[in-house]
Amino acid sequence: MLTARDLRVEFGLPGGRTARAVDGVDLDVAPGEIVALAGESGCGKTTLARTLLGLEPATGGRIAFGGTPLGRSGKALKAYRRQVQLVLQDPSGALNPRHTVYEAVAEGLRIHGITDDEPGRVADALARAGLRPPERFFLAYPHELSGGQRQRVVIAGALVLEPSILIADEPVASLDASVRGEILSLLLRLKEDAGLGALVITHDLGLAWSIADRIAIMYLGRIVEQGPVEQVLTAPRHPYTRALVSVLPDSPVPEPIVLAGELPDASRIPGGCRFRPRCQEVASGSALPVLGRCEGEDPGVLGPDGGSHEAACHLVHARMAA
Amino acid sequence: MTDSPTPEGGAAPLHDPAPPSGRRPGRPVSKRSTSGFGRYLCKHIGGAAVSLLLVLFSSFFIFRLIAGDPIDQLTKERPVSPEERAALRAELGLDRPMWQQFWDYITGTLTMDLGDSFQYRRPIFDLIVERLPATILLSGTGMVLAVLLGFWIGTRSGWRQGSRFDRAHVGTGLLLYSAPTFWLGMIVILVFARYLGIFPVNGMRSPNTPPDLWSQAVDIGHHLVLPVLTYTAVVYAGYLMIMRSSILDEIGNDYLTTARAKGLRDDEVRDRHAVPNALLPTVTLVFLAIGGVVNGSIVTETVFSWPGLGSLFVQAIFYPDRPVLQALFVLFSASTIIAVLAAEILYWFIDPRIRKS
Repeated sequence: MLTARDLRVEFGLPGGRTARAVDGVDLDVAPGEIVALAGESGCGKTTLARTLLGLEPATGGRIAFGGTPLGRSGKALKAYRRQVQLVLQDPSGALNPRHTVYEAVAEGLRIHGITDDEPGRVADALARAGLRPPERFFLAYPHELSGGQRQRVVIAGALVLEPSILIADEPVASLDASVRGEILSLLLRLKEDAGLGALVITHDLGLAWSIADRIAIMYLGRIVEQGPVEQVLTAPRHPYTRALVSVLPDSPVPEPIVLAGELPDASRIPGGCRFRPRCQEVASGSALPVLGRCEGEDPGVLGPDGGSHEAACHLVHARMAA
Repeated sequence: MTDSPTPEGGAAPLHDPAPPSGRRPGRPVSKRSTSGFGRYLCKHIGGAAVSLLLVLFSSFFIFRLIAGDPIDQLTKERPVSPEERAALRAELGLDRPMWQQFWDYITGTLTMDLGDSFQYRRPIFDLIVERLPATILLSGTGMVLAVLLGFWIGTRSGWRQGSRFDRAHVGTGLLLYSAPTFWLGMIVILVFARYLGIFPVNGMRSPNTPPDLWSQAVDIGHHLVLPVLTYTAVVYAGYLMIMRSSILDEIGNDYLTTARAKGLRDDEVRDRHAVPNALLPTVTLVFLAIGGVVNGSIVTETVFSWPGLGSLFVQAIFYPDRPVLQALFVLFSASTIIAVLAAEILYWFIDPRIRKS
């Protein structure tokens, strides 16, 4: 199981300011489940993904796989990367244009020194990613494939190492609508058949609804609501989630909520509750009883999701307590 | 290039060379169609042939337009009678109609008979053959060093953009790049030949070197150091900047992230993925440089009195030796055109994307 505890990633900005891109995140991804991580662009979800992959150094907190902490040494990272693989958004860019499909898929094997039956392993990975018969794709170059086929090659390149967890950053955002469904059902099938776990990063709640078991909503570097996907999306609690859900078709939130203002800069995270300046409950006055806490007290980091539905919001806490 | 081994060997047993009927539409098929290559080849050879013809024509007319009457120049320092002028004109073949001179020039050039030099009264072909090795030695060595140095530094500069290494090398490279060659050459001569006295001032050989091969080679090598140093110092920054920007173009690409996420170390990502792809756009540049080896560095050869084609060209300008200028102009242009053609052909094999269009 992939676990992150109190994960923090900070970037130094010119002028001595510090951007807190990931500001305290607890997250678990187990084999056999798909977790969606949703939020606006700029909320830190891609940074979180890169950090979970060891591509970006964490400035605080811990990442562990199967209880073994992710080390900074090359050897530890390499072992970790056999277990946790990446699928990027744009398959056209994610494949080296001068490498054939075979080379692209076999590269992982070569890096990790897996030399036995390389063609067989490559063929198997391609077949599992839905490219059949695999041998016919061996010598094709990325530009000869369609977008969906390229994404399958990227997925095959990840699968060939037989990882436990895939981290997919917007895996279908750059694909045609007709191909999206195919790639998503491929992820579902890999979960069902192979017990693969996945963290799918998306800004599309509909997509999360159709494939995820659990969902985490991220706002300004922190997870503000999490829980089983049908609970979170049918009964959203956090005002931010309610605003996101309100604009979906057949939304449980009656009126569309348009948030005031823009996502603040990660170097200027508001004190107290970070969502307060844009919160519709604060603006409408319904948060008045807890306003003091909204202004002065950070709602805190949501603990690891144990399958329960939670939100980091003073108003929600007050209502639940009442 | 540090390409990973091709999969053909490993994949061959599984690859179905002739898929049975029913190749569905949209199926990727990686085949190299011969007719596609033939068309590509014809297109580029045709283009090169047209350029060569234009060079051949323009060379004849340009030097007739700018050089004036060669008889005036050949006789300018002594009094000559009209009879002598006419005799000289007939001897040089300049009394014949223009179209006939043009026809002789075209047929001569195509059969490697380039005519005689006014200055040396010898076949130009022999002059070129005598001086070509010196030029290739100087600019060939300088070019190889400049390309290797430029690419090596450019790769590391681009990969760590903004680092101290990057800033120091880009600064130094551009400073040398913008220095005039003749000025830098003189500084180099002053410092290393005059004050330090560790290298000869100019020329390619010392007169009293023993005739055995080894001593001759050492002597030429000794003379070669300063001109090559000057040539390399002036041009390597061009390769550095191109390679650097080519690396910067690759750096944003997701496939580098993919490779890193698969477990490659940073330098492996650079050498296996970024460098081979960044080299692709520089192939034309390298071939232009190879084509440019023939015309060498005219200024460097002149500053160091290096007996190559460049100094021949400069002498011919001052004389002025029109047939030599004409022939060298064609030679220099042709070498560049052919080098570019070679680069285009090479792209077919190294860039799979070209085969598609």
